[in-house]
Amino acid sequence: MSPVPSDGAVVIEARGVRKRFGDHDVLRGLDLAVVRHEVVVLIGASGSGKSTLLKTMNLIERVDDGQIFLSGDDITDPRADADSIRARIGVVFQHFNLFPHLTVLENITLAARKVHGWRAPDARARALELLETLGLGAKAGEYPDRLSGGQQQRVAIVRAILTEPEVLLLDEITSALDPQLVGEVLDLVRELKRRGTTIVMATHEMSFAREVADRVVFLKEGVLVEQGPPEQLFDAPQHPATVEFLSRVRH
Amino acid sequence: MTNLSAETAWQPSELELSRRALRRRATTRSVLIAFLSSLVLVAVVVIVVVNTPGWTVVQQTFFNPKIALQSIGPVFQGLLTNLLVLVIAAIGVAVLGTLLATLRSLRGPVFFPLRALAAAYTDFFRGVPLLIVLYLIGYGIPALMIFPRMPPAFWGTIAIIVTYSAYVAEVLRAGMEAVHPSQRVAARSLGLSHAQTLRIVVIPQGVRKVVPALMNDFVSMQKDVGLISVLGVIDAVRAAQLQVADTYNYTPYVVAGLFFIALSWPMIRFTDAVTARLNRREQAGGVV
Repeated sequence: MSPVPSDGAVVIEARGVRKRFGDHDVLRGLDLAVVRHEVVVLIGASGSGKSTLLKTMNLIERVDDGQIFLSGDDITDPRADADSIRARIGVVFQHFNLFPHLTVLENITLAARKVHGWRAPDARARALELLETLGLGAKAGEYPDRLSGGQQQRVAIVRAILTEPEVLLLDEITSALDPQLVGEVLDLVRELKRRGTTIVMATHEMSFAREVADRVVFLKEGVLVEQGPPEQLFDAPQHPATVEFLSRVRH
Repeated sequence: MTNLSAETAWQPSELELSRRALRRRATTRSVLIAFLSSLVLVAVVVIVVVNTPGWTVVQQTFFNPKIALQSIGPVFQGLLTNLLVLVIAAIGVAVLGTLLATLRSLRGPVFFPLRALAAAYTDFFRGVPLLIVLYLIGYGIPALMIFPRMPPAFWGTIAIIVTYSAYVAEVLRAGMEAVHPSQRVAARSLGLSHAQTLRIVVIPQGVRKVVPALMNDFVSMQKDVGLISVLGVIDAVRAAQLQVADTYNYTPYVVAGLFFIALSWPMIRFTDAVTARLNRREQAGGVV
């Protein structure tokens, strides 16, 4: 379980979420509630809807039905201010998406300065402190293309967490990395878990899911097929679809 | 746990329907506000202009319906000349512009003279005003007396091609350079030659990236063909000028202006449509 005990408060919750691209149903009425300090890992084949679910949670994709709540606020209400909601959620993408024309420090402090209204010296000090603890202090003035993929992804994570969002969404953050660089990124996720960050993570790293997840959620064709603590889901899966999926990605 | 096969046809829920209604209402409201504010702006401008002391004179001199009707025929005749020049110039610019862009993108020391020549050409003709190029080519080249006598519209077309191909070449080059180097690597790895790589892989992708800029140049050229009137070509502008000299009334210029707008309007709309389509294709999905 999470080292920081949860108070049971639901941070982000999807209720009956549907998403359709053309005539393809990507999410077919999905329910998922994540409580504070919980680490939820989404697994499933490509196209099962993991990424789309994360995108609907961050309002990058609009739901076609159902609702999503962030700390009790209905963020799928058309009257909700999408920008201020996104500011409360941290997101890390598969391809880092750092801004190539800004330095590491500028990338990290951008939202704090322009969206959250931090004073530049405060944002800078906090960012440098975080980079220092992660061993990236020397890279603060560099441009992203001078960094390795693993370093870029760690910078992207720092960018997402600097303003302490209510929930952190990680969308296959190691899929674009060389195998030897995956470890340093996952180490950072372990560290975030230790600090009690609420995380929803889509991944293909089954062994990591087993190690770090409080709860593993298996999606297939836009439906939540089975969920539970990692030891239960990996060692004693109940649903035939889960069994079949795990046999193919055997960890 | 959910049964995967138990998928019934989905109908939007009450909640979703009410959300859609809300979004529709918000859109309607925005459109209404935009419409009203435009209306107010136009009304204010009209009222201000109509109440200026000189309005009656201006109305007689620039917006005289009788003279407008008289001048439509000759100005339209002239416009046909503009249209012909435009079509020929567009083809010429496409060919010469692509050639120049290709020359500038050649690699290797062997091609230095060609590269330098193309660079000098684009630098020169982007710097010289089109009007001066028109005079130089329109009066200068016939005076050499080495070419058979050609109508002034011919030399006007040449001047436009020469000037605009310099602009278009730079736009195309920017597009070709925006194609990711990995595309060249992939093409060369398949054994394609440098020329084949350019023709089959780089140019098609590069052109796509700069379609809006190219369209912009085309629309700009569309009205610059009116400048060939300085060589004595009886185009729409010149025809209007003759009418003006006849009547001491500026209405024919307004008529010619309206014709030019009518000429460029479809192209501008087409440009917007193409740009929108490209945007849609490149940013699949998403609301941000």
